[in-house]
Amino acid sequence: MMLVTAILKPFALDDVRSGLELVDVAGMTVGEVSGYGRQRGHTEFYRGADYHVDFVPKVRVEVVVDDAAVDRVVDALMTAARTGKIGDGKVWVTPVEAMVRVRTGERGADAL
Amino acid sequence: MDGLDTGDTAWMLASTALVLLMTPGLAFFYGGMVRSKSVLNMMMMSLSAMGLVGILWALYGYSMAFGNDVGAGLVGNPFEAWGLKGLFVGSYTGDAISYPLSGTIPALVFVSFQATFAIITVALVSGAVADRMKFGAWLLFAGIWATIVYFPVAHWVFAFSNESSGVVGGWIANNLAAIDFAGGTAVHINAGSAALALVLVLGKRRGWPRESMRPHNLPFVMLGAGLLWFGWFGFNAGSALGANGIAGFAMINTVVATCAAMLGWLITEKVRDGKPTSLGAASGIVAGLVAITPSCSSISPMGAILLGLIAGVVCALAVGLKFRFGFDDSLDVVGVHLVGGIIGTVLIGFLADPGSPAGVAGLFYGGGVDQLWRQVVGAVAVLLYSFTISYVIALVVKAIMGLRVDAEDEVTGIDEAEHAESAYDFSTLRSIGGSGTPRPDAAPPAAAAPIPAHASKES
Repeated sequence: MMLVTAILKPFALDDVRSGLELVDVAGMTVGEVSGYGRQRGHTEFYRGADYHVDFVPKVRVEVVVDDAAVDRVVDALMTAARTGKIGDGKVWVTPVEAMVRVRTGERGADAL
Repeated sequence: MDGLDTGDTAWMLASTALVLLMTPGLAFFYGGMVRSKSVLNMMMMSLSAMGLVGILWALYGYSMAFGNDVGAGLVGNPFEAWGLKGLFVGSYTGDAISYPLSGTIPALVFVSFQATFAIITVALVSGAVADRMKFGAWLLFAGIWATIVYFPVAHWVFAFSNESSGVVGGWIANNLAAIDFAGGTAVHINAGSAALALVLVLGKRRGWPRESMRPHNLPFVMLGAGLLWFGWFGFNAGSALGANGIAGFAMINTVVATCAAMLGWLITEKVRDGKPTSLGAASGIVAGLVAITPSCSSISPMGAILLGLIAGVVCALAVGLKFRFGFDDSLDVVGVHLVGGIIGTVLIGFLADPGSPAGVAGLFYGGGVDQLWRQVVGAVAVLLYSFTISYVIALVVKAIMGLRVDAEDEVTGIDEAEHAESAYDFSTLRSIGGSGTPRPDAAPPAAAAPIPAHASKES
C-alpha cells in the first residue's frame, strides 16, 4: 500500500475529488494547510505599509491506495489540479506499513 | 418660557445621541484594525472612556470647560457648576416654567452634548496604544488627561464670552479669535498630540516594525467609518447649537469634504501601491471628517472639496511617518487626527470665505494673513500644551503602576491577560476549548450513558 499526498491549490479540490472517484478511490482525507514553494507568497498593503504573506492557503489531500493503483491515482491528481502556472503544488508517494479498519479489525489491503 | 427654542432643543438632543454613537463607532473602527487577540481591549478603551469621562464631565469637567474663567482664559472655575449645581434647579411643569438655558436650549442639553465631545476625544487617543497598554494604566491616564488637558483646552476653544451675562470664556475663542467650529484643535490636534506623547513613553509593540501587524477585520473598520460619518453630522452640524442655517452649512461641508478626502486617499494609494484599499477608503473618510471639523462654518462647499482632497492625500502620506521616525502610533492617531486637524485648522487661514457663516476672509479671499496667523497660533498652542502635559502624565502613570502588560501577555494576547476573554471562538473540536470545562461550583453534568458497543455513530 502507498500513501499519496498532494499539496494543491484550494480551488482544484472539487476537480480532484471527482477525478479520484473516476479511478475508484473510495475515500480521502483533506486538510486546509498553509505553505509556500517556488511560488512564494503575495504582498498586501495596509495604509501603505506592505505586508508579505509568505504562507499561502493550500489543501493537502491524502489517500492510501494499492501499489498497483499508484500511477493511475497520481495521474488523476495531476490532471485535475494542473493549471500550468506556478503554484500548482506537489504530489508525493510514501510506503505504508500497515492498515487497520477500526470498525471491523480488517487489516492490510482489505482495510482500504 | 422666553428664550427656549423647541426646534433647536430637538436638534441638539438628536445631535447629542449622534455624537455619543461615534465612540462605539470608533471602537469598531479601531477594533477592526488590530489583531484578533487584542480587539476586545481596543474596543474597551473606547467604551471605558464613555464610562469614565461621562462621570468626570458631570462632576467638574463641564465647570472647568464652561464655567466662568478664573484668569487669562486658561480654565473655567471647577467649583462653579460642580456636580452640575445650578444647572437644573427650576420649574419644569405648570404655569411658570423656568430652568437654566444655554442660548436657546436647556443648559443640561448643552452639558450632555459637550459631554460626548469629551468622551470621544479621550477615546481617540487610545488608537496609538493598541495591543500593549495595561487597562488600569489606560484608565488612570484617561482620567488625568481629561482633567488637566481636555477640560482646559475645551475652555480655550469652545467657551465664548458673554458680555450681557458677564461670563468670560477661553483665550483661543475670544482673545485670539481663531476659528475652530467643532474641535479641530480641541479634539483632533489635542488627541493626536497626546497620542504621540503617550506612545513615546509607552514604547513600540513587540516585533514592530519588523513584523507588520495586519488588521484582523476590515469590515469592522468600514462599519466604524460609516458610524463615525453618521455621528459626525451631530458633531459638526450640532456645533451650530441650533436647528438653523449654520447647521445646514456645516452639514453640506461635512458631506463633500469627506467624499473628497476618501477619493484623495484612494488616488494616493492607487498611484503609490497600485491598488485602492478598503482600509484606505475608511481612513480617508475619517481624515476628511477631521479636517472639516474646525472649518465647516467658515469655508465654501467648493473650498471644502479642496480641503478634503488635500486632507486625504496628505494624511495618506503622513501615516508613513511613524516608520521613518520609529514611533509605533499603532492606528495612526497622529497621521490622521493630528495631521488632519492641523490641515483643517490652518487652511481656514487660506480658504475662509467671507460669505460663509463665520464671515471671515482668508488669504485667498483678500483677507491677508490676519486669520492665518491666528489659526497657526491656536493649532501650535494646543499641540504644544497637549504634547507636553500628556508626556508628563504618561511618565507619572508609568511611575505609579507601569504602562505595559508583560511581554508574555502581549504576545499571547492582551484580551485574555487584561479582560479574561477572547473575542472569537474558532475552535471546532469541542473538547479543546470550545465549550470549556465547568467551574467547580457548577452543577455536574448528567452522567453520560454508556455507549452500546454497536451503536451507530449517526444516531
